[in-house]
Amino acid sequence: MEEKGLSIIVKTATRWLKGFIFLYGIYVVIYGHLTPGGGFPGGVIIAGTFILITLAFGREYALGKMGKLLASELDSLGALLFLFLASMGVYFTGTFFTNFIEKFHPTGNFRLFSAGIIPLCNLSIGMKVGASLFMVFIILAVVRVVFEDGKGKLISTEKEKK
Amino acid sequence: MIEIVVGLFLIFIVMASIIAIETKDLLSAVVAFGAVGAFCSIIYLLVGAPDIAITQLVVEVLSLVILIRATIRRDLTTIDEDRDFFGLVATLAILFIFFLFGIEALRWLPEFGTPAFVLNSSAPTNRYLLNGLRETGAANIVSAVLLDYRGYDTLGEATVLFTSILGALAILRIYARKRRK
Amino acid sequence: MIYYLCFLVFLIGVYGAICKKNIVKIILGLMLMEYAVNLFIVLVGYRKGGIAPIINKSMSLSEFVSKSVDPLPQAFVLTSIVIGLGILSLMVAVAIRLYERYGTFDITEMKKLRG
Repeated sequence: MEEKGLSIIVKTATRWLKGFIFLYGIYVVIYGHLTPGGGFPGGVIIAGTFILITLAFGREYALGKMGKLLASELDSLGALLFLFLASMGVYFTGTFFTNFIEKFHPTGNFRLFSAGIIPLCNLSIGMKVGASLFMVFIILAVVRVVFEDGKGKLISTEKEKK
Repeated sequence: MIEIVVGLFLIFIVMASIIAIETKDLLSAVVAFGAVGAFCSIIYLLVGAPDIAITQLVVEVLSLVILIRATIRRDLTTIDEDRDFFGLVATLAILFIFFLFGIEALRWLPEFGTPAFVLNSSAPTNRYLLNGLRETGAANIVSAVLLDYRGYDTLGEATVLFTSILGALAILRIYARKRRK
Repeated sequence: MIYYLCFLVFLIGVYGAICKKNIVKIILGLMLMEYAVNLFIVLVGYRKGGIAPIINKSMSLSEFVSKSVDPLPQAFVLTSIVIGLGILSLMVAVAIRLYERYGTFDITEMKKLRG
């Protein structure tokens, strides 16, 4: 761990800041129907948190937090949840992508649970975008070559061109 | 007033993009490209699009990290001369003709500051603005358009993102299996 | 005047994508074209003295409708930017593959090696 990653200043700053950046990403996702933001920027901010951890601490630490298999599962889960929400509109009202949950909060519009399926859709989109962008960063920049060792387990090796 | 400020930032964008294309050092080119994205984010903030400003800034940071870690770290050799002279002249001539047609087309647009939905009362934007809060319950009209009125667009976007990442994975993994044998 | 500057950025991107030999410069040119188009689409929807399309409690609905900018191009551009990141990752993957195969980023040398 000591020789991996960047200098101790970057590591200390990352250790203090990563929680706040992650919380900001979750805030942007959940409040996307009331304030500027939504699933796309929030998902990219969440992916940016993991990329910051990867750059600062080295890839073993970050892959211990969130592995490639978990990232791909979250990616597929977000897409399937979005499709499921769209299909439930067919079940309840007969039209694809209908906002089938009650849209008005009893005490007013500007509440967290006030816009039907839009917060749930934001949550699934944020999950999908964050997981897939973190996975593409792992594939492109950190792990040079990805192997499969016969039983579906992924092994990563780094091959440097001298 | 806002035209002058936006025009000033656009002149900065033009200068930064010329630097990004014409400089010899690849690292300078990528950093100048990052400056283009940051100026775009400021312009979005000025013209009343805070959603896009957040997204543009974060995406710009991520694309800089990907470009630097994936390409610049491997090869810093500079390839400075252009392609052959005849091809360059032909390209510049085609670009000039394209520029003339573009100027002719841009003359037909309405003036900056008067969008199309003000001039045309049957545009769908009027309905979104007037009934958006009542029909969807979302105070952010951009979210309402994105996830309720035009949900198919978002579904297609998710498909495109999934496919492009699948493509990147496939391109790098076929190579790995071939080297293993 | 502002639209012409956006068009100029687009033309610079086209020039970089066509005339450069380095594959990283070609990627930068394509991304510049995409940024110019996004900027142009958002600027078309701007209303003079407009506010962001987010309703708050201190403003009545008719006042909001008469002052807000166009939300429709913003929704399109929001998806387009994230798609651009996916396209960038795909192009970088192709560039890495070419570099591992040929050992250079110069596209004319790749043609020579191919024969």
